[in-house]
Amino acid sequence: MCLAVPGKILSVEGDDPLLRCGRVDFNGAVKQVNLAYVPEAKVGDYVLVHVGFAINTIDEEEANKVFQYLREMGDLAELEDGEGE
Amino acid sequence: MKFIDEYRGRKAAERFARAIRKITTRPWTIMEICGGQTHAIVRFGVDTMLPPEITLVHGPGCPVCVTPVELIEKALEIASTPGVVFCSFGDMLRVPGLSRDLLSVKARGGDVRIVYSPLDALRIARENPERLVVFFAVGFETTAPANAMAVFQACQQGLSNFSMLVSHVLVPPAMEAILSSSDNLVRGFLAAGHVCAVMGYTEYEPIARKYGVPIVVTGFEPLDIFQGIYMTIRQLEEGRAEVENQYTRAVGRDGNRSAQRLIREVFEVVPRKWRGVGEIPASGLGLKTKYSAFDAETRFGVADRVVEEPSVCISGSVLRGIKKPHDCPAFGAACTPEHPLGATMVSSEGACAAYYRYRKFRTQESSTIPSGV
Repeated sequence: MCLAVPGKILSVEGDDPLLRCGRVDFNGAVKQVNLAYVPEAKVGDYVLVHVGFAINTIDEEEANKVFQYLREMGDLAELEDGEGE
Repeated sequence: MKFIDEYRGRKAAERFARAIRKITTRPWTIMEICGGQTHAIVRFGVDTMLPPEITLVHGPGCPVCVTPVELIEKALEIASTPGVVFCSFGDMLRVPGLSRDLLSVKARGGDVRIVYSPLDALRIARENPERLVVFFAVGFETTAPANAMAVFQACQQGLSNFSMLVSHVLVPPAMEAILSSSDNLVRGFLAAGHVCAVMGYTEYEPIARKYGVPIVVTGFEPLDIFQGIYMTIRQLEEGRAEVENQYTRAVGRDGNRSAQRLIREVFEVVPRKWRGVGEIPASGLGLKTKYSAFDAETRFGVADRVVEEPSVCISGSVLRGIKKPHDCPAFGAACTPEHPLGATMVSSEGACAAYYRYRKFRTQESSTIPSGV
C-alpha cells in the first residue's frame, strides 16, 4: 500500500500552497497530482506519487548511487581477489 | 519507466548477489518491513539468489494485513448504514470481518466505492451534500500526509458530511514490539523507503542503538533491495548496528517536513491494535480533538465496539517474522486469495498472497529474477 510511483511534472497550477497541484506523466499515463508537499518541485522534475500526492522529489544525482556503489564494490572485490592470489 | 527499469537489471542483481555471498560467513535473519518490498522480493526471486545463510522474513508493513478485525467490523457497520457512501482503497474490500466483508455489503446494496485517493472521497462529499461520506483511512506514515490533507481541507471547506474511519499505524513501535519479543529472530532490518521519504530516519537511530540491530532504509526495486541486504549484512559481519540509507534518491535524513507539519496538525499518536499482534502502545495515529467532528467512530457510535480476533490464521506469526506462509496448514488449501482466512492472504502485498501468486506452482530454484525486466 506504500507503493509510490515516480512521474515527471508536466505543469504546475494553483496559488494556494495547500491546493498546489499539477499534471504528472507516468510513462504516458497523465494524472492530476497534489503537489502541496513538494513546494520546491517544478516542471520537468520527477516526484514520487502516492495516493494522488507527491511525497518527495527524486534526486537525479543520487539516483545513480546504486550503480556507483556497485562499481566501487566491484573494484573492492577485485582488489581483494588480487591480494588473495 | 525512468527510475524503475534501470533498477531491475539482471547482471547488476547477480553482481550484488555474488558480493553478498562473499561477505556472508554466518547465518543471519533479516526482516524487510514493507509489504511492497515483500512483493518485489518474491516476484523477482531476490531471496532465491541469496546464500543459504541469509533468511529473509517478512514484516508487518502491510496496513491492510494489520488492520484488526474490530476495525473491519466497525467499517462493515458504518458501510451498512442507510444513506452512507463508504469510500475505501480497493484492497480493504475483501478483508474478512467475522462473517462478511465490505464487498458483500456492496453486493447487498450498500454504497461502497473504491477510490484512488482520499481527495476523491472529499470530492464525493462535496458533490453529494445530502449523503454522509466516510473514508476508510488505512495506512502507514506514507499515507498519513494524504489523509491529513483530506481532513484539513474538509475542515477548511466546512464539509460536515465528510468523516474518516482512521486506522493509521506507525512503523517504529512495531519494530520495537518485534525486537523486544522473547522469540525474536530478526538481526537486521530493511526499513521501508517510502515511510522514510515522509518521516526521515532519525526515529530509527535510538532503536538501532538500543537493540544492536542494523537498519538500512531501502527502496523497492530489486537492485535497491539487493543493495539494502548487502549493506545490512556488511554491518552485521563487521559488528556494527547503525542506520544507513540506501534509498538516497528519495529519502533525506529529516524526511518531508511540510508533510510532517500537516500530519502533526491533524493527528496525534494513540495506542493501536494490530491484527495478529495485539495492542501496541503509541503505535498509531488518531484524529486530534480539534478535528473530532470528522471522526467516523464517534459520528456513527461505534467507538466502544470490542471484537476478539478469531484464532484460525497464523498471520500474526508471519507478520512478526516467526513463521513463513508455507508453515500454515491452511495455506493454499483452506486459505486462498479467493477465500482468504486472514488479511495476509487478502492484500496483494500480504506475504501469503505474494507466496501464493509467485511460489505455489514452482520450486524455489526455478524462480530467479526474470531477464529483461
